[in-house]
Amino acid sequence: MQTEYLVSVDEFCINHNIEIEFISSLHQTGLIEITSIKEAWFIDVKQLQQLERFIRLYYELDINIEGIETISYLLQRVNAMHDEITALRNKLRLYE
Amino acid sequence: MEFVDYYKILGIDKTATQKDVKNAYRKFARKYHPDLNPNDKDAKANFQQINEANEVLSDPEKRKKYDQYGKDWQHADEFEKSRQYQSQSTGSHGSGFSGARSGEDFSDFFESMFGRGAAGSGSRQAKFRGEDFNAELHLDLLDAYKTQKQTLTVNGRKIRITIPAGIDNGQTIKIPGHGGSGISGGPNGDLYITFSIANHPIFKRLGNNLFASVNIDLYTAVLGGEITLDTLDGKVKLKVAPETQNGSKIKLKGKGFPVYKKEGQFGDLQISYNITIPRNLTDKQKELFTELSKL
Repeated sequence: MQTEYLVSVDEFCINHNIEIEFISSLHQTGLIEITSIKEAWFIDVKQLQQLERFIRLYYELDINIEGIETISYLLQRVNAMHDEITALRNKLRLYE
Repeated sequence: MEFVDYYKILGIDKTATQKDVKNAYRKFARKYHPDLNPNDKDAKANFQQINEANEVLSDPEKRKKYDQYGKDWQHADEFEKSRQYQSQSTGSHGSGFSGARSGEDFSDFFESMFGRGAAGSGSRQAKFRGEDFNAELHLDLLDAYKTQKQTLTVNGRKIRITIPAGIDNGQTIKIPGHGGSGISGGPNGDLYITFSIANHPIFKRLGNNLFASVNIDLYTAVLGGEITLDTLDGKVKLKVAPETQNGSKIKLKGKGFPVYKKEGQFGDLQISYNITIPRNLTDKQKELFTELSKL
């Protein structure tokens, strides 16, 4: 059986001192997924790390949602390229 | 300990207004923020510097003290009174980042001048998980072949970790909760360990497969025979087929590297034959080779 860990969006917003509209905007752009149970919103704990990154970008660096979306996409590409470089480096070691 | 020029770090002059400080800080923070520069140590160091500069220059009291005593920071006695005053005033004026708030992120110069714990706690008082730590662990191929336990010291804390057999060069594993301490009651960050596995003189690895070259003499290559081969799993006996060609390859199934986190599963070992030609032939040998060549 798979156990899911969900965090209430209301509680998260209170703890992080942020507006619920911000979470809603991230959800609308597809940057985070929200689970709705009996009209209450929840976030999977696996998304918390990324969500906190978005909060820092938005509130501390003044980057808007469109900017966060772009950064998120580029960081995914950077990570994929990083993995590819590692795999290629390992391949090159065959010839060292 | 050297004097740190916070104005220079933020690229502003002494007449800069609070707005100038904030703008300069934002500009550099967007460039060097760890969230935008994952695994970049230089960016992290730069970010800590600008964070520290902002901590001082965005706080009128700290800035005043810095401007007054900055270059004469070694006159600790003169600062003592103001330091005591500082420790009593708990309000923060900083608008810096939560990601670099722990005391060890500030320079000795800063701590000497303003004392430990003088860093602000952020304007939003939010709970944040602690900073993620990155570490690199060097292993040799034999270490990575078997599951093993190792004790690491990260930021003064000892952590016992299990490294599963089959870990790959450049692979990163996450140790949850062993990063920096959480901010304002937030959870701890995670520790990421990236493995650097040194090349082995005989076995080359690609994924779960191993590759090696084996020398066989001309006579065994021509007539066939049996050789004993070292693998990471011990010695194996191998039959060499007659008329084996130089560079020909054979695959030993299941004699490669263990598959990561899949117990009992192994890759293959590919052997490439390198046929050695005899040297310093005797007259008799030369005679026989000549005779052979005429057949």
